[in-house]
Amino acid sequence: MNLATISFAYLKARKLNTLLNILLLALGVATIVLLLLATTQLDQRMRRDAQGIDLVISAKGSPMQVILSSIYHLDVPTGNIPYKAALEISRHRAVRKAIPLALGDAYKGARIVGTTHDYLAHYSAKFAAGRRWEKPLEVVIGAEVAARTGLKLGAKFHGSHGLGEAGEAHEEHPYVVVGILERSGSVLDRLVVCSVESVWAMHASHLDIKDISDIANAMKEEEKEYTALLIQYSSPIAAAILPRYVNNNSAMQAASPAYETARLFSIIGVGVDVLRGFALVLVFSAGLSVFIALYNALNERRYDLAIMRTLGARPATLMALLLFEGLLLALIGGVLGIALGHVLTEVLGHALKAAQQVSVTGWVWVPAEWWVLALATGVGVIAALIPAWRAYRTDIAGTLARG
Amino acid sequence: MFAVQQLTHAYDGKTVLRVDDWRAEQGAQWLMLGPSGSGKTTLLHVLAGILRPASGQVRVADRDLMALSPAALDRFRGKSVGIVLQRLHLIDSLSVLSNLLLAQYMAGEAQNAARARDVLASLDLADKANAHPHELSHGQAQRVAVARAVVNKPKLLLADEPTSNLDDARCVQVLDLLLDQARACGATLVIATHDSRIKSRVPNHYELAVPHHEPQAVA
Repeated sequence: MNLATISFAYLKARKLNTLLNILLLALGVATIVLLLLATTQLDQRMRRDAQGIDLVISAKGSPMQVILSSIYHLDVPTGNIPYKAALEISRHRAVRKAIPLALGDAYKGARIVGTTHDYLAHYSAKFAAGRRWEKPLEVVIGAEVAARTGLKLGAKFHGSHGLGEAGEAHEEHPYVVVGILERSGSVLDRLVVCSVESVWAMHASHLDIKDISDIANAMKEEEKEYTALLIQYSSPIAAAILPRYVNNNSAMQAASPAYETARLFSIIGVGVDVLRGFALVLVFSAGLSVFIALYNALNERRYDLAIMRTLGARPATLMALLLFEGLLLALIGGVLGIALGHVLTEVLGHALKAAQQVSVTGWVWVPAEWWVLALATGVGVIAALIPAWRAYRTDIAGTLARG
Repeated sequence: MFAVQQLTHAYDGKTVLRVDDWRAEQGAQWLMLGPSGSGKTTLLHVLAGILRPASGQVRVADRDLMALSPAALDRFRGKSVGIVLQRLHLIDSLSVLSNLLLAQYMAGEAQNAARARDVLASLDLADKANAHPHELSHGQAQRVAVARAVVNKPKLLLADEPTSNLDDARCVQVLDLLLDQARACGATLVIATHDSRIKSRVPNHYELAVPHHEPQAVA
C-alpha cells in the first residue's frame, strides 16, 4: 500500500470517468505529436532538398511553381529555357555551380530528370548497386523507384511523355538501368536520373538523328533546351546581383528556394496553427475534465479523506494523494497519446507514400515530444492543485460530525 | 491513562461540551452516557485528537494533546488511538484487507499483512479479506471497522454509538466484540452511547450533561 496503489484503486473505482479523461488527454496529445512529427520531417526533408541551392532559373511563371517543380519535383515546370542563355548564366561570375535540369518524361509516376553528375554529387548520392550513367539512355534510379517498380540493374523500360502516370510512351528508345541509389531521404529517392542528352534524345525524333550516342554534337544549339538551372552562388554578394540580372536581361526568371519555401510553410503554417490550436483545446478540456472529476470526487470522498486523517495521515499526505491521482491520469493519457500520435503519423506516412509525396514515418522520436509529455503532466498536476488544496484542508471533526 | 479536566468546547459562541474531571486507568472499560446534545461525539473527537477543544486540559497516553504540534497529533492518532465511527466509513474503493493496511500505512507503521489477516480472522472475517465493503452485510462491515480500529494495537479504543439500531442479540455480540478486542490489545475502551441495554455490561460510567448556555457578553 502506498500513494500509487491508493490513487490507482480510486481511478479503478471510477472506470468510465478515468477512461474519458485519459481518452481526452490522449487525443489532444496525439494530435500535437502528429503535427510535430509531420512538420518536423517535412521541414527537414524540404530543407535538405533545397540545401546548397541558392537560386533556380527557369522560364517565366509562378516562382513557387518553379521551386516545387525543379527542386521538389511535385509540380509541373513552367516551361523550358534556351540552352545558350542558360550557358551564359552559368558562366556568370556570381555563379559557383550550375546544375542543369531537363524534365518532361516519367516512368510509372517517377520523374525522369536529365542532368549532370553534379546533381548526384550535390545530394551525396551513394550507390546500392551499379554505377553512374556514361552514355545517353543509361539511367540511375532512386531507392523508392526501385522498390515500387521492381526495376533491377540492366532492366529496360520506356518513358512516357508528361509527368503523370498515363502519357504517350516513347516507343523507339528504351532506357536501361545502370545504377540503383541507396535510400537517402532526399528527393533522389523518387527520381529516375540520367544525362540531359537522354532527355533530348527522347524528344529529338523530329530532328532525324540516327545515332543518339552523339546527340549532343548532332543537335544544333538552338534546338537544345533545359527546363531549369540550379545555381549556387560564388559569394553572398551574388544574391544582390544575379536575380536582378536574370530578371532584367533575359526572358527567364530567377526564384529563391529559401524565400519560396518559407512562403509555402507560412501558407501550410496557418493550417498547422489551426490544428495545433484545436489540439491545445483538447488538452485544455482534458485538464478541465480531470479538474471536475477530482473536484467531484472530493465531495464523494470527503469521508474517506477525513478517515485517512483519523488514521494518522498528515494533511500533506492527502494533498500528495490527489496530486498523484492527477499526475497518474496525465501520465497514462500522455504516454498513450504519444504512442497514438506515432501510429497516426505512420498511417499518414503510408497514405502520403501511396500519393507519391514527401515521405513521413511515425517511427522517429523528436526531442520536442518530451515537452509534450511535460505539458500533459503539467496539465494533470495543475488540474489537481485546487482539489489537492481542499484535501489538505480537510476538517476532520466537522466532516465526521456531519456524517 | 487519560485525564480530561475543565474542558469546554463551543461552536459559534454556543457551548456544546463541558467536562469537569474525568480520569481513566489503562485497560479500563467505560461507557460515556448522556442525552443527545450533551457532546458525546465531540468529546470522543477530543479524546481521539481529531478536535482541539476551546479550553481545558486533555492528557491521553501520557501526552498533553493541547500542547502537541499538528504533526505530532497526527502521529499520536495513528499509533495510539483506534476509533469505530457510528457510520463506519470504510473506504469502498479498497478491499477489506487494504482498509486495514491503509490504517498501518497512514499511521506510519510497517505494513504487516499477516497481522491484518490475524485480526480479520479473530473477527471471523478471514474469507472477506478481498471483498469490497459494499459487498458486506452491516454486521460484517461493523466488524471490519473494529478490525481497522485495532489493527495498530491502540492504547485507546473509541466507539461511537456502536449498538444503536441493532436488535438485542446483535447488540450483545457487538459489545462482546469490542470488549474482547480492547482486552486483546490492552486498550482502554470508551463507548459513547445512549443505549441503556448495555449499561450493566460495562463497569465504569461517565455521564455527560447538556451544558447550560451562559449568556454571552455583548461587545
